[in-house]
Amino acid sequence: MSGAYIRVENLKKYFATKRGMLHAVDDVSFEIKKGETLGLVGESGCGKSTLGRCLIRLLDSTSGKVLLKNNDDDGYFDITKASAHEMKVLRKRVQIVFQDPYSCLNPRLSVWELIAEPLIVNNIYGNKNEMRKHIRSLMDTVGLAERLENSYPHELDGGRRQRIGIARSLALNPEFIVLDEPVSALDVCIQAQILNLLNSLQKEFKYTYVFISHNLSVVRHVSDRIAVMYLGQIVELAEYKDLFKTPLHPYTQALLSAIPLAKLDVKRERIILEGDVPSPIEPPNACRFAGRCRYAEDICRNTPPALREILPGHFAACHHAKENINQ
Amino acid sequence: MNDTDTMLDIKNLTIHYEAEGGTVHAVEGLNLTLGRGESLGFVGETGAGKTTTALGIMRLIPNPPGKIKSGEIIFNGENLLSKSESEMRKIRGAKIAMIFQDPMTSLNPVITVDKQIAEMISLHKNVSKSEALKLAGDMLELVGIRRERMHDYPHQFSGGMKQRVVIAIALACDPELLIADEPTTALDVTIQAQVLELMKELKQKFSASMILITHDLGIVADICDKVAIMYAGRVVEYADKRSLYTNPVHPYTRGLFRSVPDIEEDVDELPVIPGLMPDPVNLPSGCAFHPRCSMAVDECRNSRPKMIEAEEGHFAACPVCVKKFMNGEALS
Amino acid sequence: MTTTDEKIIPELVRKRRSPLFEVFLRLSKSPLAMFGLAIIFILVFCAVFAEAISPYSPIKQDLMHMFETPSSAHWLGTDEFGRDILSRLIYGARVSLQVGFIAVGIALITGGMLGAVSGYYSGWLDNCIMRVMDVLLSIPQTLLAIAIVAALGPSLMNLMIAVGISAVPTYARIVRGSVLSIRSMEFIEAARAAGSSDLRIILKHIIPNSMAPIIVQSTLGVASAILNAAGLSFIGLGIQPPNPEWGAMLSGGRQYIRDFPHMTLYPGLAIMLTILALNFLGDGLRDALDPKLKR
Repeated sequence: MSGAYIRVENLKKYFATKRGMLHAVDDVSFEIKKGETLGLVGESGCGKSTLGRCLIRLLDSTSGKVLLKNNDDDGYFDITKASAHEMKVLRKRVQIVFQDPYSCLNPRLSVWELIAEPLIVNNIYGNKNEMRKHIRSLMDTVGLAERLENSYPHELDGGRRQRIGIARSLALNPEFIVLDEPVSALDVCIQAQILNLLNSLQKEFKYTYVFISHNLSVVRHVSDRIAVMYLGQIVELAEYKDLFKTPLHPYTQALLSAIPLAKLDVKRERIILEGDVPSPIEPPNACRFAGRCRYAEDICRNTPPALREILPGHFAACHHAKENINQ
Repeated sequence: MNDTDTMLDIKNLTIHYEAEGGTVHAVEGLNLTLGRGESLGFVGETGAGKTTTALGIMRLIPNPPGKIKSGEIIFNGENLLSKSESEMRKIRGAKIAMIFQDPMTSLNPVITVDKQIAEMISLHKNVSKSEALKLAGDMLELVGIRRERMHDYPHQFSGGMKQRVVIAIALACDPELLIADEPTTALDVTIQAQVLELMKELKQKFSASMILITHDLGIVADICDKVAIMYAGRVVEYADKRSLYTNPVHPYTRGLFRSVPDIEEDVDELPVIPGLMPDPVNLPSGCAFHPRCSMAVDECRNSRPKMIEAEEGHFAACPVCVKKFMNGEALS
Repeated sequence: MTTTDEKIIPELVRKRRSPLFEVFLRLSKSPLAMFGLAIIFILVFCAVFAEAISPYSPIKQDLMHMFETPSSAHWLGTDEFGRDILSRLIYGARVSLQVGFIAVGIALITGGMLGAVSGYYSGWLDNCIMRVMDVLLSIPQTLLAIAIVAALGPSLMNLMIAVGISAVPTYARIVRGSVLSIRSMEFIEAARAAGSSDLRIILKHIIPNSMAPIIVQSTLGVASAILNAAGLSFIGLGIQPPNPEWGAMLSGGRQYIRDFPHMTLYPGLAIMLTILALNFLGDGLRDALDPKLKR
């Protein structure tokens, strides 16, 4: 596909630990189209946040490429190889919104100072009045009243704090935003408000999102395509409708069946996975889900399955994915 | 419901916290009943007063700053609020047990799990030490942990396993009432499914009553019989699960249901309840929900709504909606 | 959507006030801290205007009036050379405060820099610095100060250096600890995502957030420095006679304690009161600087 906006090729991120190499992200490849939202789901420790940080180079990846399409020509720029100076320019194009609106804001800065920070460090405005206008309009965009500008984060509720976080990441007019569990720490009502805000922002400014979450119904609501991660690898990648209608990977099936639904009389088979996610330190050269999979056979324990296109646009990394279609 | 099968009857419970900026009205005139063997889902957002109510039942409100101002908590015909501290200690753990939200911090990291369970047993049951340890092993097997692992320390278990241990401790003395405060919130979806499955199974086996505190309507749909929706320190709707899920009456309940993204339907914009939870130091007059309610009339601003029966066993604290509902009008 | 939200919410408007003023406002709510602050204020006042307010010269001997108990002429009595104890205490405040603040200054700058460097650039450098600090920490602080003064020779400057150096490891540890804990906070990562440089992160994010424990420790540190200096003077390694210093006065009055207890009582009280005041202030500051209590 040449139309891809971001191409991730064989991205790996290992951390050295005392007990060996921790494979947080292990050989991941995918593409993101301009203006779409890619949902990234998985359980804690599956590497989704690490992957998100590698995408915008808040973490240096171990190997692999993250190619970002240039604005002026058809070429690509490898973010993983950017110099410090190039990164400074790139920061204006790629941004992140953090999970915890409580710890991602410096408690000693006021709302105004927090939103001004990215503008100041990147020397966007020489003129104070222009900056003031921009900050006011940013606050308006994310729904923060002007009178809050001298408040400190701890005086505000989680929803408002998350709005500050969003305003900060929008300040530099980015094209691509990694949303790392932006609503996980919020109550359902506030969560809905923030999701609507993110959606309307995307419509207005044509942002490309990577939306990281462990909450499948939230991911389904915001995403165009969804990638499911398990132990540092993408096990399934598809349009959101396809993924929910015909999940091909046994892990996705279990994950979907485990969502508690706020509805009565829903007939569905609940797949209860045995045991826990194994350690990501020095994982075996096999299908990483094999130990908990009810379909696992010898091939699963010996050969790692590749992410293959099973149905058009629907990728899965499972030796039995084809058979699973009919189930 | 006649008196014999009512296990817990909370009448007009009011709990306040004294804070620097004023009095926090954490629980305000709360009424609730729970029958024997029933499980009640206690739903509300952060700060609605769910956990405070639970701690109130256990008489564990930190004092100061908290204080139970008024009300009665009738448990098995006796008012817990008039019990002495030593009488309460005999009830806690033995008759009423509690499971806390975070399994990582509710276990003592330097004591092996079997000893932690045995400690609970020997506190309330007259058994020898070795018997208590044997019972502890049985409890662990019951919650799906192999007996070989009973001498392990909490850090050797994963999050889901730790929550199983916590459940084992709570059930060790065969309590009549189990209060579970967000027992699966800290866990991953697949692990949550395991723990919920286990709790359903144990509910059958132990026939204990249960209060499950959660913000997730999905979990309630899965394992509860009755549901109470809490807002700003009060129960605003109370019904059996079927009635509440098919005909939610209170505007807050309906808003809550709509704010959750559906996994089957596509919506462009989620319907939201405008505004925020009110400041518990400074609750609005009348119905606490009226500033956020699209149906509010003058009455809502002036008088505090009482719980009214909309259909059998289904109560809601909204005269406007109950009237509409009983007239068969559509609730928007 | 959002504009309607904001109308419903009770007003939350605040004026911009200087952070220093806010800290003081919160500090003023604690009576003990205010008491401490008042005492320290009086001491500083005494030290600055010692010439103007002390009734006598602190070193002038008056052999006609030796060992006098408190009277209207000598409010706190006189010592073995007939020197006015009140005047000596007032001048002594000068030395004590000087020693306290300068010694802590030395400790804070040296220790703070070492700690910040080792916290921010962990790795082998951190290891080297902190092991040296460990070695210093394993020697009792007073003993270390005695050793340093003994090596340098007794004088005011050397006293301050000795007391300061002996406190360096404490500050290095505290600063390193708070830098480490703040460095791993998400808002540091957020600042990096916004494109901030290392220097800006240290200056704007790490230092302001690690100030609270350091300020508190420094306040308490001044108290222990004064005590240490007094101790050194007491054993004759600090200020040399006839210069007035509280510890030296204490030591001078020691041999007459049976007959003339006022000679030891008042310097002792002065030391005690100062330490108490600094400790109250330190505790009050700890509460006042906690951003979560900010309102």
